[in-house]
Amino acid sequence: MTPLAAATQLLEVVSATLAAPAFLGWANQCRAWLQNRRAPSVMQPYFVLRKLLHKDVVLADNASSLFRAAPYVVFGTMVVAAAIIPSMGTGLPMSAAADGIALVGLLATARMFLSLAAMDVGTAFGTLGARREMMVGFLAEPALLMILFVAALLSGTTSLPLIAEGLSSHALGLYPSLAFTAVAFVLVLLAENARIPIDNPSTHLELTMIHEAMLLEYSGRHLALMEWAAALKLFNYACIGFALFVPWGAGNEASGPLGLLLAVPLLAIKLVVAGAALALIETLSAKLRVFRAPEFLATAFLLAVLGLLVHLLLGA
Amino acid sequence: MSLQRWWERAESLPGRAAGGRLVVHGGEWLQVATDAAAAGAQLLSLWVTPTVDGAGMAHVALLIDGAVLLLEQMVAAGERYRGLQQLFPAAARMQRAAADLCGIRCDAPDQRPWLRHTAWSAVEAPLACPPATRPASGAAIDDYAFVRVAGDGVHEIAVGPVHAGIIEPGHFRFSVVGEKVLRLEQRLGYLHKGVELRFTELEPCDAHRLAARICGDSTVAYSWAYCQAVEAIAGVQVPLRAVWLRGVCLELERIQNHVGDLGALGNDAGFAFGLAQLARLKEELLRATEVAFGQRYLMDVVVPGGVSVDPASAALAALVIEIGRIAVRVRELRRIYDDHSGVRDRFAGAGVVLPELARQLGLTGLAGRASLQAADLRVDAPWAPYHVLGPVVAVRRDGDVAARVAVRFDEVDESCRLVAAFLSDLPDGATSCTVTLPAAGRHGLGLIEGWRGPVLVALQTTAAGRIQRCHVHDPSWQNWPVLEHAIVGNIVPDFPLINKSFNLSYSGHDL
Repeated sequence: MTPLAAATQLLEVVSATLAAPAFLGWANQCRAWLQNRRAPSVMQPYFVLRKLLHKDVVLADNASSLFRAAPYVVFGTMVVAAAIIPSMGTGLPMSAAADGIALVGLLATARMFLSLAAMDVGTAFGTLGARREMMVGFLAEPALLMILFVAALLSGTTSLPLIAEGLSSHALGLYPSLAFTAVAFVLVLLAENARIPIDNPSTHLELTMIHEAMLLEYSGRHLALMEWAAALKLFNYACIGFALFVPWGAGNEASGPLGLLLAVPLLAIKLVVAGAALALIETLSAKLRVFRAPEFLATAFLLAVLGLLVHLLLGA
Repeated sequence: MSLQRWWERAESLPGRAAGGRLVVHGGEWLQVATDAAAAGAQLLSLWVTPTVDGAGMAHVALLIDGAVLLLEQMVAAGERYRGLQQLFPAAARMQRAAADLCGIRCDAPDQRPWLRHTAWSAVEAPLACPPATRPASGAAIDDYAFVRVAGDGVHEIAVGPVHAGIIEPGHFRFSVVGEKVLRLEQRLGYLHKGVELRFTELEPCDAHRLAARICGDSTVAYSWAYCQAVEAIAGVQVPLRAVWLRGVCLELERIQNHVGDLGALGNDAGFAFGLAQLARLKEELLRATEVAFGQRYLMDVVVPGGVSVDPASAALAALVIEIGRIAVRVRELRRIYDDHSGVRDRFAGAGVVLPELARQLGLTGLAGRASLQAADLRVDAPWAPYHVLGPVVAVRRDGDVAARVAVRFDEVDESCRLVAAFLSDLPDGATSCTVTLPAAGRHGLGLIEGWRGPVLVALQTTAAGRIQRCHVHDPSWQNWPVLEHAIVGNIVPDFPLINKSFNLSYSGHDL
């Protein structure tokens, strides 16, 4: 492991963990602006986290150790995921341990713990949320895998940094197959991160919730970790998107420390654009009925398959 | 016509051209109700007045072709009166509430409490014996017998009375299979605060302030209905200018609520843009209202004998301009709602109440008009100033959320027109007159089409001219049970949207 690789690895994990709430705050700010509202500060998610970390934890009497462990597992999984996604540099030592398929598995692990914990206390809403989350999850996972397969076929590897490296070296040539998968990826991102049109992160209506319903029993530092993990998940998804569809600008061994330094502002720009785009999509759409979610995610899967076919048939 | 013989026996109601009060005995009670139901009567309210030693008087107010029939029957101690739930399904809960408050029961099979939780016990009746003589209730755990639904994969979701958002308390028990709702049962009464008992402790000419606070979003409708009852007993003629200004207030209240609810409906469909825009328009309207009337929500503007404020003509002119502007903006937003495929998809086909079911269950007011029940007191039983300037009643037949939204949009437009029309020929003169109640036991009735539907106030004075009994009735009584039907077959996450499209009152219902 070269010192540069170690530095890249460390920088990525630390900056992803620390910057994730700001990305969420930025998306929320854009959303408020687009609705002609006065926006909360970009720092708002940090204020919320600080508040929650200062509060005592209130636990249900029948909460098991799984319920208490889940926030740490979910948060930890998201940090590990951040370590294998090439957001700033492609020379990631950790990425040898886990490729894109393992990443999908990591995200599934987090989902499983979150859902189990939601059902642990036995309230109607937790179970309701967990059930809906599993429905969204089992439809979104195949679509995400299919998206990764297209990229893997294009670059001949399943390792995310190598995919990013391979795709960025292909000059500025556009792959038609990637265009299909990019749309599919946006749909999966919206569904997986509990955004409109699948879920409404700002709703107070407990009967309509998916992700929030699973967190209703959490409080204090547990809730803080869960909220932080959700922000980190959104950040990770954005970075997966960058790695697959706009991989240019990530530092590598060849570009040296300067490349890594340049990658930081470039990532910030990408995030700013992505956050604004996310807010725009959310403002323009209404929430779908729960039973429209399968159609929505089936569309994502279909687009990913189309991407794959385009690649196999046209070789592009 | 069999109803005619009953009308002939009825004595006239003070202050009402059409309608009457009929005191009956024995089997006539059910006979009159049956004849009225056959003639297409609409149940306005059912209540009981306890008299002495466990006896009481049962009352039912029916609306038949624009005329109010107030039917009354003595119920002796220990006796039960005949329940009307077979003729008017909405009567079931009113009868249960009357039993809770007065201790006088009917013969209906469902004898579960309705308004009573644990604040008093089953043998007590707050309206029958005043609190001083009432034994302390041993508050036990509220054990309410919900109807169970059995079957493979059926389970219950219990929601409320404490919700995740800041909303009113009500308990909803869903029986579901997966996401599909098989049955919904409501449990209300959490906001019971003894309003009807409190009325008896107040001076009749002060109690309009209590009436105005029963249900904050319908304060004009309630205080007007109360004042109508008081003025009927006193036999006074309210100055024309005051009547016209009351009409303006009632329509402003309708616009405020519809605009606010339309935004909230957008938000519940995940379309926060609608909420942001319509909430802003509502706020602008509230500010214009405050400039003209000195009150954002028009509380205590309607007082016995007239109105408490006489707005300056400049302020009213500004209000008309503001209303015109709001009407235009709301029409623009309506186009956005109509054109947005996502919003349309959520609204259309959700929470359908078919016209036939609406008729059977007596769905009333705004929700009724969305299910082809073209009833509107402003047209059917017009009172001043609506006998001069009436609205065009907005009616839809689909009975879904989209229909209720469409009716609201239509009514905003129509109310904006009415406000401008009222203000354009606002009579000059005084805005109030003195009201003195005669020292005699009298009955007065107030009936106003609020934004939700007909609000009824039945006032009875003692021989000393004080309040003997004041019964207030919110249209939510008729519409809450229909909501239980509207949700059946829909999915659980659509309930908040369907609920919001009715937007029924908790406070006005629980009293």
